[in-house]
Amino acid sequence: MVQDTIAAISTAVSEAGIGIVRVSGPDAVCAADGIFRTPKGRRILQSVPSHTIHYGYIFDGDETVDEVLVSVMRAPRSFTAEDTVEINCHGGILATRRVLETVLAAGVRPAEPGEFTKRAFLNGRIDLSQAEAVGLLISAKNEYALKNSVSQLKGSVLEAVRGLRGQILLEIARIEAALDDPEHYSLDGVPEALKEKIGVWEGQLKKLIDSAHDGRMITEGIRTVIVGRPNAGKSSLMNYLAGADCSIVTEVAGTTRDVLTQTVNLRGITLLLTDTAGIRDTEDRVEKIGVERARENARNADLLLYVVDSSAPLDENDKEIMELLRESGTPALVLLNKTDLEAATTGEMLKAALYENGLAGQEVLPVSLTTGNGLSQAEEMITQIVYGGRLQVSEGLTITSVRQKNLLVSARESLLKTSKSIELNMPEDFLTIDMMDACEALGDITGEHAGEDLVNEIFSKFCMGK
Amino acid sequence: MSEKKKVVEQVDVVVIGAGHAGCEAALACARLGLRTVIFTMSVDAIALMPCNPSVGGSSKGHLVRELDALGGEMGRVIDRTFIQSRMLNVSKGPAVHSLRAQADKAAYSREMRRVLEETPNLYIRQSEIMEILTEEDRISGVVIRSGMVYECRACILCTGTYLRAKCIYGDVETYTGPNGLEAANHLTESLKAHGIRMMRFKTGTPARADGRTIDYSKMTEQKGDERVVPFSFETDPESVQKEQASCWLTYTNEETHRIIRENLDRSPLYSGVIEGTGPRYCPSIEDKVVRFADKDRHQVFIEPEGLSTNEMYIGGMSSSLPDDVQRAMYRTVPGLENMEIVKNAYAIEYDCIDPSQLKATLEFKNIAGLFGGGQINGSSGYEEAAAQGLLAGINAAMYCLGKEPLVIDRSEAYLGVLVDDLVTKENTEPYRMMTSRAEYRLLLRQDNADLRLTEKGYRAGLISEERWQKLCRKKEMIEAETERVNRAMVGATKEVQLFMDEHETPRLKSGCSVAELIRRPELDYEALSPIDPDRPSLPADVCEQVNINIKYEGYIERQRRQVEQFKKLEKRQIPGDIDYSAIAGLRIEARQKLDKFRPASVGQASRISGVSPADISVLLVWLQANAGKKEDINDREL
Repeated sequence: MVQDTIAAISTAVSEAGIGIVRVSGPDAVCAADGIFRTPKGRRILQSVPSHTIHYGYIFDGDETVDEVLVSVMRAPRSFTAEDTVEINCHGGILATRRVLETVLAAGVRPAEPGEFTKRAFLNGRIDLSQAEAVGLLISAKNEYALKNSVSQLKGSVLEAVRGLRGQILLEIARIEAALDDPEHYSLDGVPEALKEKIGVWEGQLKKLIDSAHDGRMITEGIRTVIVGRPNAGKSSLMNYLAGADCSIVTEVAGTTRDVLTQTVNLRGITLLLTDTAGIRDTEDRVEKIGVERARENARNADLLLYVVDSSAPLDENDKEIMELLRESGTPALVLLNKTDLEAATTGEMLKAALYENGLAGQEVLPVSLTTGNGLSQAEEMITQIVYGGRLQVSEGLTITSVRQKNLLVSARESLLKTSKSIELNMPEDFLTIDMMDACEALGDITGEHAGEDLVNEIFSKFCMGK
Repeated sequence: MSEKKKVVEQVDVVVIGAGHAGCEAALACARLGLRTVIFTMSVDAIALMPCNPSVGGSSKGHLVRELDALGGEMGRVIDRTFIQSRMLNVSKGPAVHSLRAQADKAAYSREMRRVLEETPNLYIRQSEIMEILTEEDRISGVVIRSGMVYECRACILCTGTYLRAKCIYGDVETYTGPNGLEAANHLTESLKAHGIRMMRFKTGTPARADGRTIDYSKMTEQKGDERVVPFSFETDPESVQKEQASCWLTYTNEETHRIIRENLDRSPLYSGVIEGTGPRYCPSIEDKVVRFADKDRHQVFIEPEGLSTNEMYIGGMSSSLPDDVQRAMYRTVPGLENMEIVKNAYAIEYDCIDPSQLKATLEFKNIAGLFGGGQINGSSGYEEAAAQGLLAGINAAMYCLGKEPLVIDRSEAYLGVLVDDLVTKENTEPYRMMTSRAEYRLLLRQDNADLRLTEKGYRAGLISEERWQKLCRKKEMIEAETERVNRAMVGATKEVQLFMDEHETPRLKSGCSVAELIRRPELDYEALSPIDPDRPSLPADVCEQVNINIKYEGYIERQRRQVEQFKKLEKRQIPGDIDYSAIAGLRIEARQKLDKFRPASVGQASRISGVSPADISVLLVWLQANAGKKEDINDREL
């Protein structure tokens, strides 16, 4: 059985605080061995017996990525019947992602949706009578992934990647048209001009890749930021959401005491929940830094939960928060808290204020974090916002999944190879080989597939004679 | 129904049409010992070149060489009848070097006819074919114009542009085939009656001018190469070194474009008279002017039609505008001011089949023993036609002889790409071979066509033992020399360092292999001979292969690995009776497409547009489950 080696995060990261990166295929053990060290710094995985678990660290070069438990299962006694390594990560969602990225950097391919099950089936681990179920599962997982990746990519990222792909395709067509019709098109000066363009594209890709390292949404969680002036009840909301009905996965401390992020699972949705220091005017220097960061967090959020204290009148801080809501255009849920106390700010007053600040139609939900009134409705509304498709990637160019990042990295590498070939004076027909790889990688992100695209591009942009 | 007793003749193979596809098909069958009859509308139109007077060119040159390695005829005939030859793209990589020869059209046609006439088992007959006959979904014969029946075991359709052909320019419509020849107006109905889906395509050709009325002093002369390379691996390279004719380059201008624009309303293309789909790659001049309005000039190539005529082909200016507009527009071009038209430009419409009905052997899926080759399959070009004709001919012969068919895949030849694209993709215009269509083109070079395909030709029975042995020796020499240069070391001696300086390449830090030096951009195999004292004396074609193999090793190796992946899915066969509607998880679009194309392998299925990778996964799962029920679980490698 000759196959390549694949990897993916195989558990919903939100559960139980542990993410598992599963690696399957002939190079699984070797790839894991390259990045795993015991506490004593030894490489051991290649020599350990099958079905054993080992404690240690995943390294990316000299840098420790996470503290892990690694289990090694050799073929055929594994789920896929291939050599399989499972890396149990403890550092939470971001660490799990980084472990996966490190595995991929070792030459492993990201798994397609349903691919582990497909392999298990094809390798005889699943009863033949289950073929139909397996087929449906693969199909459903792909539909789901496709839908999510499209929704994840809505907006600027999709445009940026499409734009890049289009430009690369045009340059490929320019060269190919000349190869097919050398008497009509000359390639004089084309490689030099191409080298410059590649410099620009490569830079754009690098930016996209950098923006991907804090990628989020759906697969990794929705960045949800709680805002409100001090004592409005933000911490109580945080505790509630992270409480009985939810499971705390991890605590990724912000760099200061003022921002705290928790990953919580709310009715099947993973939220990256951030409590901000109260937004208010402050002269205190230390606190000021915290407030700035809170603002920034709110601007970068996918979803805002704005807590208003109904027992006090609205003030300048609320006005500022509303401005922030309006500016960012981020979907938000406004919770009018402390309804158990005497109202200084009623629902009507709040709605009027929202209206005045350009937030007409913004939903307001009266709740009491003390009595628990309205809280299950709040949960319901959060799920509605998420599933209702109102969420957009908020921060310009953010690539969300490891797979997409991986594709961006490989597109960039292909472009750098092209650049190198130009320096080496390679003939033009070699340049398009690497450019085509770049084009295909970007097409995998946007769901566009080359095939006839190139031929169409040649015909539409270049006058082919006879 | 006619009560007359029909005269019946019995043959093994009937070939319908004697153009470039038909000639190759008939020769292959006859050479493989089958009694073969080739039908033509006119014996004077055998191997006619009704459009451009050249053979080869980018990617088409590859096809001719591949056809030659498989035992086809086109390469040998053009080597004997060319009047100019050039290797195109020599400044680019070896994969896109492409040979193109200007043909003496009349000589080419005459020479091919002579070859047909001298081939045992092969008979030429002039007649239109009215019907094909079948028995139980198997071809059984054809009915000719007189009503006489030719019974056959296999039949190859090579009708080119003759089926219900219509030629159009301005408001003139004539129901003729190319060059005013008689059209074949009956066969389409018979094919339809046998359940074959037909399409209607369009192509065109420019005017031919009286050479005496052209002023060449206003044009740029284009000469042939000083050293001509033959197409055929059998042709003695010395035999093709001869005096060559010239072609000429000139340009259209704003005035040309103005005349065209002002008369667009008189073009049948824009008035809607023409219904067929034309190719985007050889647009008429009016198409170019409309679609590429920003270009202020287009190239015009003036090419001789032969040595025994003064007719000149006006390349780049095909048109279906009225005669008077043609005359005016041609006369705006420098050098053509006084040009007299011999034959005006025209568009031609014709019936062809939807090639998704064919297997990769070019046999119809629903009629055993019936094959299609050439333009009837929706392609365009002499070379594309000839290559398909050869493949269809070989497979018709294999069918009659009860042998394994010949299938050539995308990783083996441009011919494989051509056939796979035809039978797997939705074709909406005449298909032209292009180098960008071949994803493994670094491996599919014109210089190694013999190494790639001679074995297949030999196994089919079209390559002589002598030629095969010669190829085997060539292979051995290449392997031995490649191994030697990988091992042979060059020391960092004073003499060697001077050599490096002379070639403007960095000096050696220490000794290294000859192969490493070949990879340097400034050097190649040939250049290194002064510092490679143990080098044996080898033929030039062997040296060329060694050089390419080593110089581009990284890229070549990469494509080899891709081919390995590709082959895995190609080997995975899909049963012919598969019911796609019963496979849970396949999307509806995928079901419909798979059912239309009925691919032979998972690889082919994966190339059908509308079939996603997830659909392929679902299909693989289904195949695995069903393979379990059968005896032959041959290859589970995926």
